Amino acid sequence: MINYKPYGDSGLLIEIGNEISDEINDKVLTFTNLIENELGSSIVETIPAYNSVLIIYDTLELNYDDLLSKVKSLEENISVINKSKNRIVHIPTVYGGEYGEDLKIVADYNGLRKEEVIDIHSSTLYRVYMLGFTPGFPYLGGMSKKIATPRKKTPRKQIEKGSVGIGGNQTGIYSTNSPGGWQIIGRSPLEFFDIKKAKSLINPGDFLKFESVDENEYYRLKKLVEKESYIIKTSVLEDNF
Amino acid sequence: MDYLKIIKQGLLTTIQDYGRYGFQKYGVTPSGAMDVESMEIANIIAGNKRDEAVLEMTYVGDEILFNVNTVIAITGADMNPLLNNKRLDMYERININKGDVLKFSYAKNGLRTYLSVYGGFKINKIMNSKSTYTKYNIGGYKGRKLKKGDILYINEINVRSDKIENINIQNNIKKPEYIRVIEGPDFDSFNEKSKQSFFENEYEITDQSDRMGYRLKGEKIFHKEGPDIISRGLPIGAIQVSGDNQPIIMLSDRQTIGGYTVIGVVVTVDINKLAQMKPGDKIKFKKISLKSAQKLIKNEKDSINKLENYLIDKKIYKVHDIKNFEIKVNGEKFNVSVVKK
Repeated sequence: MINYKPYGDSGLLIEIGNEISDEINDKVLTFTNLIENELGSSIVETIPAYNSVLIIYDTLELNYDDLLSKVKSLEENISVINKSKNRIVHIPTVYGGEYGEDLKIVADYNGLRKEEVIDIHSSTLYRVYMLGFTPGFPYLGGMSKKIATPRKKTPRKQIEKGSVGIGGNQTGIYSTNSPGGWQIIGRSPLEFFDIKKAKSLINPGDFLKFESVDENEYYRLKKLVEKESYIIKTSVLEDNF
Repeated sequence: MDYLKIIKQGLLTTIQDYGRYGFQKYGVTPSGAMDVESMEIANIIAGNKRDEAVLEMTYVGDEILFNVNTVIAITGADMNPLLNNKRLDMYERININKGDVLKFSYAKNGLRTYLSVYGGFKINKIMNSKSTYTKYNIGGYKGRKLKKGDILYINEINVRSDKIENINIQNNIKKPEYIRVIEGPDFDSFNEKSKQSFFENEYEITDQSDRMGYRLKGEKIFHKEGPDIISRGLPIGAIQVSGDNQPIIMLSDRQTIGGYTVIGVVVTVDINKLAQMKPGDKIKFKKISLKSAQKLIKNEKDSINKLENYLIDKKIYKVHDIKNFEIKVNGEKFNVSVVKK
C-alpha cells in the first residue's frame, strides 16, 4: 500500500496508493506532518502531492537506508493520529465583466446562462490537494462537469493574480501574475501567496468555497487585503460531508 | 559609494546562491546556481563562505565597472576576462582597484561563468536566498537579469589579499564522456527496448533549453502504457519523458510538480557538468547505482573541503586607505594602487 523508492541521489519518494482521493490525500498530509515534526531538522524539505510525498535530503547528513528506516518507523502512526478537521476557506470572487472575460465563453460552450455558471461554480466545495506549479497555486478537485471548458488555444501573456479560471475539468486560482491558458471567469481580491513571509493563504487539505461578490465589495476587500487587515473567513468541514 | 556597475550587459546574468530550499511545498521553485561546484569554488577562492551569492553569466558576459577596492574570483566557463584590457587569470584571487573595468566576452568553452566578490552583494534574502527566479521576479536584483546601468552594492570595502601561490584547481570544463544517472521511479513504465536504447544512443541538447530544463532530441523513448502519472514532486535532474517521446532534464528553475514519467535522474555532481553544456552538444547517459552516486557527492565535497582548508589561513584583510593612480608608460595606461596598512 505504501511504496518507497529512491528518487535521484537526494530524494526519497513515498507513494500511497495509486489514485486521487480525499482519503489518500489526507494520509499524505498526515504523513508529511509526521515527517516534518520528527525528521524536519535532518532533511532538506518535503513536497506533498496528491498521493505521494517527496523527501529531499542531504546524503552527507543522512544516508538513504537510515532515512528509509526512520520514515518507515513513522508509518504505523499515520492511522493512529486523529485527523484534524478540514477547513473551509471562503473565497470572495467577482465574476464576469473585466474580471472574468471568459465567463461568456464558458456559458456558451456549456449551453448555460452566465448566472448559471456562477451558481454552479460557487455552490461546490473544492478540495485543495496540493500547492505547486507556481508559488501558492492550488490543485483543486471537485468541479462540476457542467461547466468544464477547454483551455484557450493561445495562452494569455499575463493573467492578473487572484484570477479564477477553468481549464478542462479543473478550476483554479492564479496565485501570482503569470501567463496562462485557462478560461478566466472571475477574480478574487485575496493575496494567495505572500512572498516576503513565504506564507500561503490556503493549504492542502483545505476546501474552498467561492462566494460571488459585486465590484464594490471586491474593492472594499482589496483595500483591507492591502492594509493587511483582512481576516480570512473560514469554517469547519463537518464529517458527514 | 562602493559598488559595481554593469556598463555593458551580457546575455543572461543573474544573482544566484544555493537556491531557495524549504518552500517547494508552496510551489516555490528553488532556482540557484546551475553549476553549484563552480559557484562554491569561486566563493572559496574569493574568501567567502561557499554559499554566498555570486553573479552567474551565461554564454556572453558583462562589462563591469568597479567603484570599490575589493577582492574577486572568477570560475566556470572561460569568457576571456580582461581587467583594464589585460587578460586575467581565472581560479585566482584578484585584487580590484576602484575604477577597474572587468570585461567578459563569450564562453570559449562551457556556458556559465561565476564571479564572486568578497563579502557578497548587499541584497535582501527572500525566503532564505538571494537567488533570482526571473519568471516570477523573485529574489536577486529586482527579480530580474542584470541590465546596463544596474548598480550592486558590496558588503565589504577596502579589502586586500596577498597573492596566493598554487591554488590547485584549474578550469576543468570539458565535454564529459557520460552524464551519469540513476534509474528513475518510473523506469519500469518504459518498454524493454527503450530501457536499453536510452543508454546506448546520444541525445542532443536542443535550443529549447534554459535554466528551467534542457529539452533533448534523439532516439524516441516509448512507454508501456502512457506518459502521464499522477502529478508529484520533481527533484533536480529528473529526466521526464512526455507524449513526444523525447527526454527533458529538469534543472534549477524547474517547476515543483511534474506529471510525466521519469526514466532517470542525473546524479548531483553531473548537474554541474550539464550546466556547462549548451544547445548542439551531445549527451550519452550512463547508469550507476544510488550508492555510487552518493559516493561521488562525498568525493566532490572532500575536494572542496581540501581547497577551503588550503586557503583557511590566507585571510583577506582590511586596509585603512587605498589610493589609486593611473600612470602612462610609453603611452600605455596602467592602474597603480598604493595601500596604507
